[in-house]
Amino acid sequence: MEFAHILFLALASLAVVAAFNVILQRNPIYNAIGLITVLCCLAALFLTLNAQFISAMQIIVYAGAIMVLFVFVIMLLNIRSEESVTDRQKYLKWLAAPLFLALLGEVIAVVRHVERFQPPAPLPSANTMNNPEAVLGTVESIAHGMFTDYVLPFEATSVLILMAIVGSMLLARREKKEDIERIEQALAAQEAEQPIVEDSEEEVAA
Amino acid sequence: MVPLSWYLALSAVLFTIGVVGVLIQRNVIALFMCIELMLNAVNLSLVAFSRFHNDVTGQLFVFIVMAVAAAEAAVGLAIIISLFRNRETLNVDEADLLKL
Amino acid sequence: MSSLFNSIDLQYVIGSLVKIAVFWIFLMLVVAYMVYAERRVLAVIQNRLGPNRVGWQGLLQPFADLIKFIFKEDIIPLAVNKWLYIAAPVVVLIPAMMVLIVYPFGPEVPLPFGAEIGSALNSLGSSLGFDWSINLTTINLYITNFNVGLLYVFALTGLGIYGIVIGGWSSNSKYSLLGGLRSSAQMISYELALSLSVVAVLIQAGTLDLVKIVEGQSGWFGLKWNILMLFPAGLIAFGIYLVSAIAETNRVPFDLPEAETELVAGFHTEYSSLKFALFFMAEYVNMTTVSVLATTLFLGGWQGPFVDRYPWLGLLYFLLKVFFFLFLYIWVRGTLPRFRYDQLMNFGWKVLLPTALFNIILASVLGVLFL
Repeated sequence: MEFAHILFLALASLAVVAAFNVILQRNPIYNAIGLITVLCCLAALFLTLNAQFISAMQIIVYAGAIMVLFVFVIMLLNIRSEESVTDRQKYLKWLAAPLFLALLGEVIAVVRHVERFQPPAPLPSANTMNNPEAVLGTVESIAHGMFTDYVLPFEATSVLILMAIVGSMLLARREKKEDIERIEQALAAQEAEQPIVEDSEEEVAA
Repeated sequence: MVPLSWYLALSAVLFTIGVVGVLIQRNVIALFMCIELMLNAVNLSLVAFSRFHNDVTGQLFVFIVMAVAAAEAAVGLAIIISLFRNRETLNVDEADLLKL
Repeated sequence: MSSLFNSIDLQYVIGSLVKIAVFWIFLMLVVAYMVYAERRVLAVIQNRLGPNRVGWQGLLQPFADLIKFIFKEDIIPLAVNKWLYIAAPVVVLIPAMMVLIVYPFGPEVPLPFGAEIGSALNSLGSSLGFDWSINLTTINLYITNFNVGLLYVFALTGLGIYGIVIGGWSSNSKYSLLGGLRSSAQMISYELALSLSVVAVLIQAGTLDLVKIVEGQSGWFGLKWNILMLFPAGLIAFGIYLVSAIAETNRVPFDLPEAETELVAGFHTEYSSLKFALFFMAEYVNMTTVSVLATTLFLGGWQGPFVDRYPWLGLLYFLLKVFFFLFLYIWVRGTLPRFRYDQLMNFGWKVLLPTALFNIILASVLGVLFL
C-alpha cells in the first residue's frame, strides 16, 4: 500500500461523495459546490497522471470559468430550493438505484480486463531536461502536438467558440423595443397580404 | 504505481453517477451540471490512457473536449436563461410543450 | 509502514516544509506591515500623520489591529447560510496563500553554516537508522518550480473568486449579493486582460516556469529585463498588466464593489471580527502575489548588477522591486478617484482586452523578426 495508492483512494472517495452531492442536493448552489469539488479532485488526479498542463487547464477553464458562469446564472435567476410540485414520474426514482448498480457492474466487468497493461516507467522530470517537449504532459509537448499534427481540430475549435459567443449573446439578450415593433409590423404585413380564412368561407357560403 | 483499472473504475463510477443524475434531476441547471460531470469522467479516462500509452494525443483530446464543454455550457446557459424568462420555472417537467 | 515512508522522498518533503514555514512567516509579516505602511503613506499623501503611537513610530500597530480583531464580537446573522458563510473567507485566503510556493525569491545562495548543519543532520539521521545525505551548502530560494508555474498562479487566483461570490450570496442581504456579484464579475473580466498581457512576455521567455523566466533575464549587467524586450510590446504589456492587476485585486481606482460609500461594504458587509480580518488579509496577499508576478515577469525578478558575485544581493533586489510595486498600489490609492461600475466594465472589455490582443500580435511579429 504505497503513498500513491492512499492518495488516489482519498481523492477518489472525495470525488465520489461530491458527485453524489451533485445529483442529490436540492439547492442548486450546493450542486455547484459539489461539482467544483469533483473538478478540483480530478485536477489533482490529473497531476498524478503526469498531465500538468491539463490539470492547470481544468482549474482555469472548468472550475474557474465554466462553474463561475453556472454560479452567476443560479444567483441571477434567484433560484430557490426545489419544491417538487408536480413529479409525474415518481416511480423512475425508485428504479434509479438498481439500474445504477447494474450499469456500474457492467462497466467494471469490462474494465477488469485492462489488467494486462504494464505499469509504465516513471517519466523524467521536465525541469532538468533540455528537451521538455519529449516529456509527456508538459506545455511544450502539448503545444508541439497541437500545432503540428492536430492543428485542424484546434482551428475548428476556435470557430466553434466564436459561434458559441455569438449564439449565447443572441439567445440571452432581452427583447428590445425595436425587436417587438419589428415583429408586430411583420405580423401586420402578413395579415394584410393573406386575409383571414373566415372571409373567404363567407363568400363561398354566400 | 496506481494500476490503470483503478482510474477507469473511478471514471466509470463518475460517469454512471452523472447518468443517474440526468435521469432523476428536475432542475434544469442541475441537469446541466450532471452532463458536465459525465464529460469530466470521460476526460479522466482519456488522460489515464494517455499516460499508460505514453502518447500525448489523449491529453490533446482532453483539451479539445474542455473547449467544447465551455462552448456548450455558454450556449446551454443562455438557452436556460431564455427558458426561464418565458416560463418562470426551471422544472424540466413543465417544459413539455413547444408553445407556452 | 516503512515502505510508506520510503516511497516518498522524506527529506524533500521535510525540507520543503521548512522552507514553506520560513517563507510563509515572511509573507505574513509583509501583509501585516503593509496594512501599517498603507495607513502611514496615505497619511503623508493626505498631509496628516498616520498611526504613530503604538511602539516607536507606530511599528507595533499591526499587532494592535490583530488583537482588536480577535477580541471583537463575532456576529453571525440569523438568516445566513451558516456553513457557506463561515467557509467563504477561508476559500478566498487559502488559494491566495498557496501561490507562495512558486515565488522565485532569489538565486542559489550559499547558506552560512550550511555545511555544519548538513553534517549534523546527517549524523542524526544515521544514529536513528536512516540513510540521509543532506547537502545544505547552497539552497535554492524558491520552494518549487513547476513546468506550468504561471498557469498554476492563474488557476489559484481564479479559485479565489468563489470565496467572494459565496460570501456575498450566503450573507442573505441584497447589498452583499450585489457587491459579491459585481466584484467577481470585475475580477473575471480583468483576469482575461491580465492573462493575455502576459503572453507577450512568454513569447520572449519561451517557458512558463517562473524560475526559468527569471534566469532568462540575466545579461546586460543584470538589466536585461523582459519589459525592455520586444520593444514596445513589453512596455504595453507592462501597462496592461499593471492596470489589470489593480482591477483584479479590487483596489482603488477599481474598488467600487467594496467602497464605503457604495453598497455599504459590498460582499463583506455582514462579516465581523476574525472572518473580516481573513478577507482583509486575503486582499493583501493577492496584492503581494500580483506584485511578485510583476517583478518576476517584467522587472527581472532577482536579477540585478553584481548578483553573480554576491548571490544574497538577488534577494535584496527582489524585495526592493516587490516593495516598489506595493508602494505603487498605495500611491495610486491616495491619488486617483474611483471608476463607476459601468465605466469599469467598459474599460475592461472594450479598451484593455483589444489592446492586449493587439499586443499579442505585435509581440508575435516582433518575436518572429528578432528572436
